[in-house]
Amino acid sequence: MTMAATLAPQREEAMDRAGALGAFRRSDAIFYWLTRIAALTVLGILGGIILSLVIGAWPAINEFGLGFLTTQRWAPQLEPTPVMGALGPIYGTLLTSFIAMLIAVPIGLGVAIFLTEFCPMSLRRPVALAIELLAGIPSIIYGMWGFFVLGPFLADTFQPFMIATFGQIPLIGAIFAGPPSQLSLFNASLVLAIMILPFITAISRDVFATVPPVLKEAAYGVGCTTWEVVRSVVIPYTSVGVVGGVMLALGRALGETMAVTFIIGNSFKITGSIFAPGTTISAAIASEFAESAGLHQSGLILLGLLLFVLTFAVLAAARLMLMRLELKQGK
Amino acid sequence: MSFVRIIRAGVFAAAALAAAGAQAADITGAGATFPYPIYSKWADAYKKETGAGLNYQSIGSGAGIKQIQAKTVVFGATDAPLKGDQLAKDGLVQWPQVMGSLVAVVNLEGVKPGELVLDGQTLGDIYLGKIKTWDDAAIKKLNPSVKLPSAAIAVVRRSDGSGTTFLWTNYLSKVNAEWKAKAGEGTAVEWPVGVGAKGNEGVAGNVAQTKNAIGYVEYAYAKQNKLTYTGLVNAAGKVVQPTVAAFQAAAANADWSKEPGYRVILTNQPGEASWPITGATFILMHKQPADKAAAAEALKFFAWAFEKGDKMAEELDYIPMPDAVVKQIKATWEKDIATK
Repeated sequence: MTMAATLAPQREEAMDRAGALGAFRRSDAIFYWLTRIAALTVLGILGGIILSLVIGAWPAINEFGLGFLTTQRWAPQLEPTPVMGALGPIYGTLLTSFIAMLIAVPIGLGVAIFLTEFCPMSLRRPVALAIELLAGIPSIIYGMWGFFVLGPFLADTFQPFMIATFGQIPLIGAIFAGPPSQLSLFNASLVLAIMILPFITAISRDVFATVPPVLKEAAYGVGCTTWEVVRSVVIPYTSVGVVGGVMLALGRALGETMAVTFIIGNSFKITGSIFAPGTTISAAIASEFAESAGLHQSGLILLGLLLFVLTFAVLAAARLMLMRLELKQGK
Repeated sequence: MSFVRIIRAGVFAAAALAAAGAQAADITGAGATFPYPIYSKWADAYKKETGAGLNYQSIGSGAGIKQIQAKTVVFGATDAPLKGDQLAKDGLVQWPQVMGSLVAVVNLEGVKPGELVLDGQTLGDIYLGKIKTWDDAAIKKLNPSVKLPSAAIAVVRRSDGSGTTFLWTNYLSKVNAEWKAKAGEGTAVEWPVGVGAKGNEGVAGNVAQTKNAIGYVEYAYAKQNKLTYTGLVNAAGKVVQPTVAAFQAAAANADWSKEPGYRVILTNQPGEASWPITGATFILMHKQPADKAAAAEALKFFAWAFEKGDKMAEELDYIPMPDAVVKQIKATWEKDIATK
């Protein structure tokens, strides 16, 4: 009697606990599946994009084959079959991104180092805020500035000077060959450099701030100069983050469309001079897609697929570099 | 519980919106960007007068053709007219709705609008890169009294595919054999030289700020931006200036009836007063529309535009269709488009 009386509430309690645990398990399972579906959706969208690009580009792949990558001529209006080659846009995309990185990486790192190592506290926040604001400016504003302000300045002042100074030197001269042009690969590269600068600076600054003060102070304590501290302590400690920021910036430079379309001059010819008009993959698509049809449109979609592959390759290379770095650091 | 309520509210809202949309029943159209300003002006006035709205999307001529083929819109609009066999294949009717003109614009110090004169052969050679400097003998010969610099010509052209480029290259192909062989005509072509700027406004802006530049824009853009346009030598060998009278002369001399779908491209027209780079923009509709009532509404709008829209068109520097052609077009509607 007494046994039963004491057992009953215990059993009830046990049932309760089982029920509660079951409820936890169920809600955990639901949560697990929700997050899993969210993750799979991203993969599904990615796959869908690749698939639709391939389907859209298929007629062009069939028609042009691998020659698409090595042909410079772009004559979509030719009857009965157009001639289309991606060499010009690929060249323009890689060249503008390369020059932009060449300018933006040293400046961006310089700004970040100044902000974390030298800058007086009172100035730190305003400067950092200004740089982050730069990242928020819509790209079309950069395009208009490049078109109305930077373009005329380059064509009237900078380019004539460079052409007169370096244009005559053999080999290098070809890079700076005339005539000056407001809309040029160089103009686009400069604007791209300004656009990606905030990415590099903001991320580098954040990762530089993660260096334990104890490390830096120890280095200063054994008599290192600021330069030596930055070179031997800060940069090695944060290299992974810095490379990540640089790659993010490169990704933006490769795909930037609106500003570049405004100022690059949209010419498919490769001249070798950085002062000549050129085009990039995204600029070519943005310019011609609206009025394209048939094989022309398919060719433009194939260009899009190429950009996708190119960006993917850059990101994959960045990952690989990061892994190597981590291995080397024994993390 | 509240989640269900939100969904229910959403469903009701969507249903209400759909009902409102069905009630308004705008005339839907899509296509060329070139006539967009006048179509939207007409649509505004038409809505005030009749209460019927027009939803026109200026997505480009090529896209407009695709939309009408897919029957997603009541009418399509294109600057480059379709050929007769294509029209027959898709069961489409085509007619010109309004016309416009292109001018060549230059940026030369000391040269006033209309002072410089060019002809088709010279323009073609400039755009081919054969004529490289402003003091070339061919330009000098046409302009004995104009002081020309020995500077390089900066050629500006459109970077985006456009009906404007179609008209320009169609003209150059008619007047310059080498251009026809090397570059040809189209909404986007293989440009031998020059920088590409986006849109009429891009070309106008680029020519305005580049010394020794030449470009081509719709007349309205040259006027608005106060650019230095040039005179042109027309098919009759006469020098003409871009005026409404010259644009209308080009339209008057065209024989609209002989081509299926009124496929007349008004470049290089005969007549002593004709401006050589004029073109119409076209409307496409199905012979057997899926929604006959909507097609009837659209035709009502176009008839209204022909009757009452001329002044508005001229205000925006477009050229209304001549009355005789409008009569033919209306007869075509009667005959070919099933609205009942």
